[in-house]
Amino acid sequence: MVRLIGLCALALLLAAPAQAERVVAGLSQEAIAITTNFAGSEILIYGAVQRAAPPPGAEPLEVIVTVQGPSQPVTVRRKERRFGIWVNADASQIDEAPSFYAVSTTAPLAQALSQTEDLRHRITLNQAIRAVGTGRADQPLFNAALIRIRSDDGAYQLNEGAVRFREQTLFDTAVRLPANLTEGDYLTRIILTRGGVVVDLHEQLIPVRKVGLERWIYNLAHERPLIYGILSLVIAIAAGWMASAVFRYMRG
Amino acid sequence: MQIYLPIAEVSVNAFLLLGLGGIVGVLSGMFGVGGGFLMTPLLFFIGIPPAVAVATEANQIVASSFSGVLAHLKRKTVDLRMGTVLLIGGLAGAAVGVQIFAALTAIGQVDLLVKLCYVVFLGIIGGLMFFESLRAIRRARRPAGSVPLPRRHRGWIHALPFKMRFRTSGLYISVIPPLVVGVFVGVLAAIMGVGGGFIMVPAMIYLLGMPTKVVVGTSLFQIIFVTGFATLMHATTNYTVDMVLAVLLLVGGVIGAQIGAAIGVKLKAEQLRILLSIMVLLVCGKLAFDLLVMPDELYVIGFDGAGH
Repeated sequence: MVRLIGLCALALLLAAPAQAERVVAGLSQEAIAITTNFAGSEILIYGAVQRAAPPPGAEPLEVIVTVQGPSQPVTVRRKERRFGIWVNADASQIDEAPSFYAVSTTAPLAQALSQTEDLRHRITLNQAIRAVGTGRADQPLFNAALIRIRSDDGAYQLNEGAVRFREQTLFDTAVRLPANLTEGDYLTRIILTRGGVVVDLHEQLIPVRKVGLERWIYNLAHERPLIYGILSLVIAIAAGWMASAVFRYMRG
Repeated sequence: MQIYLPIAEVSVNAFLLLGLGGIVGVLSGMFGVGGGFLMTPLLFFIGIPPAVAVATEANQIVASSFSGVLAHLKRKTVDLRMGTVLLIGGLAGAAVGVQIFAALTAIGQVDLLVKLCYVVFLGIIGGLMFFESLRAIRRARRPAGSVPLPRRHRGWIHALPFKMRFRTSGLYISVIPPLVVGVFVGVLAAIMGVGGGFIMVPAMIYLLGMPTKVVVGTSLFQIIFVTGFATLMHATTNYTVDMVLAVLLLVGGVIGAQIGAAIGVKLKAEQLRILLSIMVLLVCGKLAFDLLVMPDELYVIGFDGAGH
């Protein structure tokens, strides 16, 4: 219902004059709160294409939606058999890799986006992973392993054809965020392409934050670690003693 | 019911954690081991980051051991004097162990060392206990009138200086062996992220010659303080103690420990030891298997410390 109202409002905006084709978009959630019973989330991304003139050319318009979590350095290690057991041997320090990355498109990515445009706007996952100066000839193997492991966890997603696009005007898609989200600002980008070339781009940040008890515990642990440690012990010992007392009472 | 853990930053089923805590708690109460050697690998398995699992496990062991110690204190099966001597060694050992742990983390080999430690120590101790208990059970089954077992000779231990009387254990021995056992267990406890009961219990029985009934309570007593110390160290240096995870594990754990302590009283010492040795060998076998067989995924994503 919310989406319908949003789409109607967007449709009204289409009358305004502007450049050839522009994207007008909205998100179902402005922010994501991580609460105690947080078990992942889904954001709906919807919008419309605003046109001043009839669509140019024969090639269809495509929509690419990316959602990117905060980037962090990552160490990827490779196991090798040494003295009969499997141990971590080689390691590669990847300077920056997003903690979450989802790409959803209307058409296969190779068709919706040219390589040069990908390099320019850093749209695909490969552009978001930065591993320079590792000095390894086999660095691509480590990058591929990182992508493979994180794809299995649902942290990296490529959803080709997941964006619904009606009448070359209205589009919508849903992106599934896993439960083990890293806190930070998630960058959402909605990109219009025609013939593999970016026509327009819309960006919006979604803050992902812990709230309530989660926030309180996290802050205490990081700002007053000694007090937090003592509190953890006191709670543990109190619970241990209480359970013991309850058990004794029940038996006696 | 899914619950989001604020420090581990993962969402897990709360009942799964309660159940794990309960099962490990039963073992803790029965054998006087903290259960960390089982719980820590189980936490890795359900997707808790290793640094958080090790630190939180220390916190949980404090709680499950506390209720166990209360049960033993009531039955007067804790040698407080021996416990204190072991504890002094244990704290010193834990401080050294944390430094070793930090150095190995820096070179990325901490996982391997932890697993090798598990395999080596669990293998030796499990094997020794298994065969010793088996012999004891066979002896007990022999018809009455057989030759009574000669008291084990511990000449070199009696020759050491600084002798002290441990009334509860009925021992008059030097404080050096218990101190050394304490240091050794403290180092291993810090490196392996466990209480160290599975090493201390056999050491007390076979090395110090303490009666089995006293061993369990005394080891729990020492474990509380060593793991409490480790919890504070982890909380202040790595910020990896997850309070919510610890509370869930211990709610299951304390109840399990009470049940375990009740079962432990009913079983014979030899039976208790043979059960513990089988379990130790099973965990050892599983870890050795993982090291020897080619893993499905050759690559792992490392955790660069846990701080954000």
